[in-house]
Amino acid sequence: MTAQEIFDILKTKFGDAIIETKFDAMQPWVRIAPNKTKEICFFLRDDSALQFDYLSCLSGMDYNNGTFGVVYHLASIVHRHKIVLKTFCTKDNLHIQSVSAVWGTANWHEREAFDLYGIIFDEHPDLRRLLMPDDWEGHPLRKDYKVQEFYHGMKVPY
Amino acid sequence: MGLLDQRFENGNVFITSLDGLLNWARLSSLWQMQFGLACCAIEMMAASASNFDIMRFGIIPRATPRQVDVMFVAGTVTIKMASRIKRLYDQMSEPRYVISMGSCATCGGPYWEHGYHVLKGVDRVIPVDVYIPGCPPRPEALLEGIMKLQEKVRKESMVKKRA
Ligand code: SF4
Repeated sequence: MTAQEIFDILKTKFGDAIIETKFDAMQPWVRIAPNKTKEICFFLRDDSALQFDYLSCLSGMDYNNGTFGVVYHLASIVHRHKIVLKTFCTKDNLHIQSVSAVWGTANWHEREAFDLYGIIFDEHPDLRRLLMPDDWEGHPLRKDYKVQEFYHGMKVPY
Repeated sequence: MGLLDQRFENGNVFITSLDGLLNWARLSSLWQMQFGLACCAIEMMAASASNFDIMRFGIIPRATPRQVDVMFVAGTVTIKMASRIKRLYDQMSEPRYVISMGSCATCGGPYWEHGYHVLKGVDRVIPVDVYIPGCPPRPEALLEGIMKLQEKVRKESMVKKRA
């Protein structure tokens, strides 16, 4: 199924929650509303014509203009088609619905995005830091990140 | 002190200092803590394999810090790991030695500038006896580091009271 067809199905089903799209990109993507991700992803997984049963990757993004986002790379092993979903949020409201109930893979990916960008995934079962220590200050992959001077008495910068 | 077998001259009598004997025993059986942290650990494993055969120096890997004399910090020390390394070092019985293997353990290595998660040198948490440069150092370099440590042990005194 092409990206255009997938977009048309989503648009008729979800209307305003499907915000924009770009088909001429190397990997065509569809932008969806951050508070509808779970619903849309359940549909993408369970609809018999789509069957996106595989979440290849979930990445956090900082676009360096106050906008943060999450990018989902989906694939269907049954139908052999792919799609990329994007969803944006602003720095003062970093809330995006969790999709860890849809694909188990998302659980740790979302914890990583939370750890490194501070994006909060609503309804995540266990949103803790994944890589950095629990009491670390700040989110290291943010563009405006400044490393802390000391951690438990150990000097951090060179 | 030369090799012990060259001390046998007439009959079965040989003379050495107690210090010399103790140090000879210690430097010939430097038991190693069996752990590695990153890519440097692969070279450490290569040094343990038959081509380089680290055991001919009397180095036996032990899986508990209570039984070891020397810790090879082989690899990248993340800040999360640093407190664990400190605890392992504290659990070793004295006299204890540390070899910092590779640039990462010595000064942060390739992560010195942007590695927010890497401790820039394991000597920020525990004292280090021998630094081995390289990324990664070859097994020969590790063996050289071990020989440097043996020299250090040879010059110590177990009998003399320390200040
Ligand atoms: S010094 Fe180089 S080889 Fe050794 S752990 Fe660091 S990056 Fe890896």
